[in-house]
Amino acid sequence: MAAEGKSIDALSQFELGTALGPLGASVNFTQSNLHMVIVAALIFALMSYGMRARALVPGRLQSLAEASYEFIMGMVTEQIGHEGRRFFPFVFTLFMFVLFGNMLGLFPYAFTFTSHIAATFALAAMVFVLITVVALMLHGKKFFGYFFPEGAPLWLAPIIIPVEIVSYLSRPISLSIRLFANMVAGHVMLKVFATFIVMLAGLGAVGPFLSLLPLTINVALVGFEVLVAFLQAYVFAILTCIYLHDAVHLH
Amino acid sequence: MSKQDGFEKRLNEARARQGLDRAEGSSAGLPGGSYGVGFRAGVEVFSALLVGVVAGLLLDRWLGTWPWLFLVMFVMGSAAGLLNVFRLFKPRALKRD
Repeated sequence: MAAEGKSIDALSQFELGTALGPLGASVNFTQSNLHMVIVAALIFALMSYGMRARALVPGRLQSLAEASYEFIMGMVTEQIGHEGRRFFPFVFTLFMFVLFGNMLGLFPYAFTFTSHIAATFALAAMVFVLITVVALMLHGKKFFGYFFPEGAPLWLAPIIIPVEIVSYLSRPISLSIRLFANMVAGHVMLKVFATFIVMLAGLGAVGPFLSLLPLTINVALVGFEVLVAFLQAYVFAILTCIYLHDAVHLH
Repeated sequence: MSKQDGFEKRLNEARARQGLDRAEGSSAGLPGGSYGVGFRAGVEVFSALLVGVVAGLLLDRWLGTWPWLFLVMFVMGSAAGLLNVFRLFKPRALKRD
């Protein structure tokens, strides 16, 4: 799949195909869906198996489960405030889903479902609907005051209101594009340098030595991608928290 | 919880005095790094522009006013993009006012 002939084929890794043989094909169950199910199962396994011992001095898995819980709990209370705790399950699910999706995508033969705008936009749209519904439920009509700051001169309203509405509507777009673009860019780079390894290795006697260069870069890139995978999940979660803060407090 | 004697409030004030609670972050808790900040700003501008342009096109198709609403919404989208970037760098304490 990597190097076919002399061309670099960096995008075929994002192609969707059906998984699970003829059964999956008949219901259009793609490998993207399969990886989402795997991620959900992994998170469930981590949480239920890791917390089974309930030891006072946690083991490795229990520490991992507790650390992720504490991490998101801290983020939610710090960003939204005390009343933000009721959004903890949502933010936690979102964070773990994106994080595990990013991380699972780094394994060989795995598919990164977060590299598809359809998947990330679905998540971002969910956040968008939630923040709008929460703001409407908590503040009612006052929510629409969000689009026109108090104290601004009234004759500016025809400019400010559309700009604010566009700015508000751009939230799910930027949220989804950020995650998807980072994942696509990282995986394309990995694939391009991996193709260089194969191509340079075929350059006669010096080839194998030359191909050490892209190999080194790829090793560094994988480390970098682990960082990006975590960071993007973190950014996704914290921006959700910031938007929820805006929805709960309206500025 | 124990609202009757304002314990939570006094505790929070004491914690804030001692600097135990971090003051609400000026960087909004987002990770820094010049590359990351630049990318985020670009994404903000792009997405606002995208929303503006798409909204303009749809409104034009609905009302049959091509190309005027598209042009207006293009400008609105750019303005919203700049507003997003401004909000990105504005400390959150300022926003609260």
